[in-house]
Amino acid sequence: MIEKILARASGREAVAVGEVVVCEVDMTVLIDLQFATMWREPNRIADPDRLAVVMDHAVPAPSINNAQGGVAARAFAKGFGIERFFDVGQHGICHQVIAEQGLARPGEVLTCTDSHTCAAGAYNNAARGLGPVEVYSIMCTGRTWFQVAPTIRYELVGAKPEVVSGKDIFLHIAGRYGDATNHNLEFAGAGLTSVPMNDRRTIATQGAEVSADFTTFPVDELCRDFLAQHSDAPYEAADPDADATYAAVRRVELAGLEPYVARPGKVADNAEPVSALVGVAVDQCFIGSCANGQIEDLRIAAETLDGRRVAEGVRLLVTPASQAVYLEAVRAGYVERLAAAGAVITNSTCGACFGYHMGLLGAGEVCLTASTRNFRGRMGSPEASIYMASPATVAASAVTGRITDPRELVA
Amino acid sequence: MKDIVEGTAWVFGDSVDTDSMYPGYAMKLPIEDAAKHVFYDLRPDWVDRVREGDVLIAGRNFGIGSSRPVAQLLLHIGIRVLVAEEFNSLFLRNAINFGLPALTIPGIAELVSDGDAVRVDVRAAAVEVTGSGRLASGSPLPAFVLDIVEQGGLFNKLVAEGYIDS
Repeated sequence: MIEKILARASGREAVAVGEVVVCEVDMTVLIDLQFATMWREPNRIADPDRLAVVMDHAVPAPSINNAQGGVAARAFAKGFGIERFFDVGQHGICHQVIAEQGLARPGEVLTCTDSHTCAAGAYNNAARGLGPVEVYSIMCTGRTWFQVAPTIRYELVGAKPEVVSGKDIFLHIAGRYGDATNHNLEFAGAGLTSVPMNDRRTIATQGAEVSADFTTFPVDELCRDFLAQHSDAPYEAADPDADATYAAVRRVELAGLEPYVARPGKVADNAEPVSALVGVAVDQCFIGSCANGQIEDLRIAAETLDGRRVAEGVRLLVTPASQAVYLEAVRAGYVERLAAAGAVITNSTCGACFGYHMGLLGAGEVCLTASTRNFRGRMGSPEASIYMASPATVAASAVTGRITDPRELVA
Repeated sequence: MKDIVEGTAWVFGDSVDTDSMYPGYAMKLPIEDAAKHVFYDLRPDWVDRVREGDVLIAGRNFGIGSSRPVAQLLLHIGIRVLVAEEFNSLFLRNAINFGLPALTIPGIAELVSDGDAVRVDVRAAAVEVTGSGRLASGSPLPAFVLDIVEQGGLFNKLVAEGYIDS
């Protein structure tokens, strides 16, 4: 699948594992941090229509330095006629904005400075995070190089239980198979019909957490419907050849899966069924980020918290993935239900997920998070412990104050 | 880029993540201040012990995590080459694009002990533990990658091509 996209982008018939190819990049996304840290005004850029600017990591600006980044971003967008500029108020975490605006098309290549850019692989797009200088270079030249990595294929079979989400599927895979450094991930199989687009994006987003290069899904009816809601631009899907070769093909029986939790530090070789960790006391619960701040995640949180209270001594933070998600959650009544239960609903930003602003943890505290990363020190003190689980598990645990199987709470 | 780097080897383990190298709070600081916080928790006294020309050696999956520009900090404190069993691909590209060579050499973590004096031939992707005769090598970086490193990173290349002013 990924080889097809890289072949098309590099103007070749086919590419092989190990080859280095120079690809035209269809869409590049600049984020606010890029303007706040090492911005240099370019003399010329490749194409303003293949560029978007999204304010997400530190908005509204928590520091003067970040504010200066905003000044630079606005001047750049105006000066170069960047129409796809998502300033504070139209903002969101860039991977959510990419989805809402239909910036990631099947069969195309998308790059951005954020490491979770692989999220757009949910839409059959070759998307990945690159360093800030490389993204800047692509903005100037319109292209970059990739070395074609071997691909691991996950065949999903059966139908997932209602309570099991994309997060659980991913944590199961990460816990069982470990990291996939210098490999691509490809998801396929009849079981995909039971995995909605939001869950696919959670899985694709977290490909970075097992160190994968690209993570891609095929285009099926669910994907086509999603894309049609967000853009009318034509696209050409990349389907894998029947005789494609893989580094490994692994079957995942969805029907047998249960909620999973990752222990602190990492997800690879470090996640278990929730039953193994039930009872661990938590101080903070977080539902948000590009991985789990989608409207479906907020719906699950609101339904779990409906008529209940966040446990005494526990903080529940909920961050919608975009301003649009925030508005939809307000209209659907999710925000009211969450706030009534004692949750804090924040502005849409990457803030708490990467320990930059809002919701940091103190030494000795325990956090259960439905976000992207559980690295030591990620969300504040290195002496804090960060467990990771699905929005359903996090919301249920916020009610009891301990890691809780969401099926127990429903019962 | 120096073709031959001779210095002290600092050996790290597997799956060391970028948040341990460049913590979120340090992203608010200027590079020279942020550089004081590399491995702030994993190895708190490390930055003060590194000398110009030292070598960072690591195990598998080195640099998993984000695109924050760790290479800038490592260059600032004097690290002149990275050698690992295996790099996360985002991290490797990020290092190259800031002009810091990153060599993949299987077996390196076994070969070198923390504090060893080492001699690294960057072009040949070869490491020798000085005076011991112990050697290991990997595949040399492709010419176009070496070209980026030799120019001191992609920004310099873009200046040379007229995309930005020097």
